Amino acid sequence: MTTHLPRDEQDACIVIRDAADKGTLLNVSGNGTKAPMGRPNQTDASISSAAMTGITLYEPTELVISARSGTPVLEVMRVLAAKGQELPFEPMDYRALLGTRGEPTIGAVAAMNISGPRRIMAGAARDSLIGVRFVNGRGEVVKSGGRVMKNVTGLDLVKLMAGSWGTLGLLTEVTFKVLPKPERMATLVIRGLDDRQAVEALSQALGSPFDVTGAAHVPDRDRRGGSTLIRVEGFSGSVDYRMNELRRLLKRFRFMDLLEGNGAEALWQSVRDATVLTGQGERAVWRVSTAPTKGPDFAAHVAQALDAQWFYDWGGGLLWISTPVEGDAGAAVLREATRTFGGHATLVRAPAEVRSAVDVFEPQAEALMTLTKGIKASFDPSGILNPGRMYAGI
Amino acid sequence: MTIAFPKPDEAVLARRGEIIEGLGRLVAAEALIVSEDERRAFETDGLTAYRQVPLAVVLPSTTQEVSAVLRFCHERGVKVVPRGAGTSLCGGAIPQQDAIVLGVAKMNRVLDVNFEGRTARVQAGITNLGISQAVAHEGFFYAPDPSSQLACTIAGNIAMNSGGAHCLKYGVTTNNLLGVTMVLLDGTVVEIGGEHLDSPGYDILGIVCGSEGQLGVVTEAVVRILRAAEGARPALMGFGSVEDAGACVAAIIGAGIIPVALEYMDKPAIQICEAFAHAGYPLDVEAMLIVEVEGSDQEIDDMLRRIVAIAEPFRPKTMKVSQSEAESAAIWKGRKSAFGATGRVADYICMDGTIPTGQLPFVLRRIDEIVKSYGLGVANVFHAGDGNLHPLVMFNTNVPGEMEKAEKAGEDILRLCVEVGGCLTGEHGVGIEKRDLMTCQFNATDLEQQMRVRGVFDPRWLLNPAKVFPLEGRLAA
Repeated sequence: MTTHLPRDEQDACIVIRDAADKGTLLNVSGNGTKAPMGRPNQTDASISSAAMTGITLYEPTELVISARSGTPVLEVMRVLAAKGQELPFEPMDYRALLGTRGEPTIGAVAAMNISGPRRIMAGAARDSLIGVRFVNGRGEVVKSGGRVMKNVTGLDLVKLMAGSWGTLGLLTEVTFKVLPKPERMATLVIRGLDDRQAVEALSQALGSPFDVTGAAHVPDRDRRGGSTLIRVEGFSGSVDYRMNELRRLLKRFRFMDLLEGNGAEALWQSVRDATVLTGQGERAVWRVSTAPTKGPDFAAHVAQALDAQWFYDWGGGLLWISTPVEGDAGAAVLREATRTFGGHATLVRAPAEVRSAVDVFEPQAEALMTLTKGIKASFDPSGILNPGRMYAGI
Repeated sequence: MTIAFPKPDEAVLARRGEIIEGLGRLVAAEALIVSEDERRAFETDGLTAYRQVPLAVVLPSTTQEVSAVLRFCHERGVKVVPRGAGTSLCGGAIPQQDAIVLGVAKMNRVLDVNFEGRTARVQAGITNLGISQAVAHEGFFYAPDPSSQLACTIAGNIAMNSGGAHCLKYGVTTNNLLGVTMVLLDGTVVEIGGEHLDSPGYDILGIVCGSEGQLGVVTEAVVRILRAAEGARPALMGFGSVEDAGACVAAIIGAGIIPVALEYMDKPAIQICEAFAHAGYPLDVEAMLIVEVEGSDQEIDDMLRRIVAIAEPFRPKTMKVSQSEAESAAIWKGRKSAFGATGRVADYICMDGTIPTGQLPFVLRRIDEIVKSYGLGVANVFHAGDGNLHPLVMFNTNVPGEMEKAEKAGEDILRLCVEVGGCLTGEHGVGIEKRDLMTCQFNATDLEQQMRVRGVFDPRWLLNPAKVFPLEGRLAA
């Protein structure tokens, strides 16, 4: 199978225009570190952003960075860190969960709207993504947004590109709003809470004026307790003050520790990357987004029917659930739970045959699916870009 | 008066009686406005220089009524101009003679507040401030705060993706919106998003927000509500030059401090506001910054101390750190009255471009030159942290030709914003005001892709069709 590695936008236009003419179905990717995600699809050739690399603009005092889409995330983070800044949304690294190698690209972070624990405070990747350039399925270069953080000029195609998984276009350049890296990070760890108590504690912390930037709960294996994590970041004196206030606010939950330094960073990384769940053999992994207060009911519902393990991020609103891969990997149970409690579930890790047999993304209401099809056709009328990666026929 | 409206469809005008009769069967009598006097109340919005009396005005009370009205208009080929409170500064809600106005202002209730989950479900006609007021007893608020927040609706905020003075920390509407109930042109009611933080498929909520009433009519919204900070206090700093003020903004952000608000005023703006508000602004400086930070008293003191130290190398001529609520109120009073105070000394048009903040001194110098070349004056107030400019181009309506000159100067300023890497509008929207300038920022392919997406929702251009896209070169689905 041919793999096209365009060096620039013009190259990419030629490849995609030719594919559109011939009806060649293209797999759209960066470095392929998330290839085992989504619906397995049949394509005739590949187009990758891997050869389009480099930071094209970085203005620290304007809080903005632009990079070609194939630039490694690591490179972007390194350049930002040199000026004491970072990507606010703390993008997850899927490699450990998926068992893949290579360098994740910044384009994929945008295309898959990949965020992490700080999403509850700082927004998702889509909230920091302020500009894109891409080649649509017609082989045309399109730009939307720009390099300024306040911009309401025209339809916000940036948002559509974020989370479209390469089905609407090949991103060639992305621009993000960035933020200063906090001087200090501290985590309050409460032990011994069950899921409902934990979400109560997280809700109380997130509903406080103390700017919590991480709120997770990792149940113990026996489910009778767990570690409830509340993170605060900022200038050192302010972190001290807010930590004290949070301890006072949450004093009815007695068993509290303060965690800082490498241990705390590793802990949040394992929450961010969902590696809290790995090391469990070949189990399937689901990602569920729901109202935070519904999280515990959702998990309990799944646990009644399946041998499930799980943990919570986003104050209870993001659930990572591992299930046995047998049969539908729990799809019927998960879908019933989303119908009951709201939100949506994505099958992130499962063998290809399972991902072919069940809906990987949450099925949408008919009217939304009609809009989805229309949007796809408006970008990619020949249906050549990552066909079927998200939904059949998209 | 240089912006053209499309020629009204005579066939639709001729069917006015029949259309009104049809609408009358769909909504209660008091929800349908047909008399000329009453329709005139809807002929314009915040861009008052332009007026068009609509065919009729419908003010439904339920999503079902909105659905019935839209389906009717869809079947009859009647244009629809959605409207919230009519405060748009870019003419986003100005009607057309052959269109009905569909206003959501009667749908103004809070439906559900979930403090634990930090969300509120509201009807779209509620005012922006109304949401904050409904959750204030628990110490919560709805973050985006456009200056019209007392009057403007969340429906209009969603249509325009409105911002406010505090978006440096809290983001704009799109960052605080979790879901909507929206009625499509054919009457279909869709639920997009909900109480969870991200979407399962394409981010349709993201494209609806800021679509200026061209994709559908939003009747309900789920928004994030946040716990308010313990306190907030500003510092006021006056500088001897525009360059020093600009460099100070860069230095604050470069030091890792993101103030909750960072406002800039130039000399004419300071003088106008001081004469009106007696806020104690320094009259001997070229530029002034208001920097506000949030937190506990101790956190605020610490942060303001850092900011004062950062400002020192830029030789501030005035430095006033607020020590009390009264002082804070005085500092903000002048800034918040900028538009009203300017309106007392002149007619003005308020521009809304955004620029990369590093271009600030150059852009301000050029704005001054541009405005002078038309023989007019300008006062600049803007959100310095994010580069969102609000030059107020002043003129006198009673002098023939001055308003046209002001419009031309405004256009030149917006072109300049795009040239230096910015955009035409940071928070007000395109509407009719900037419609014909869209080709400065976007090439034909960019606009065609936007219009193709628009066409998925409204292939016949019936929803707010006079706006956003230049009248030439329009595409259907």
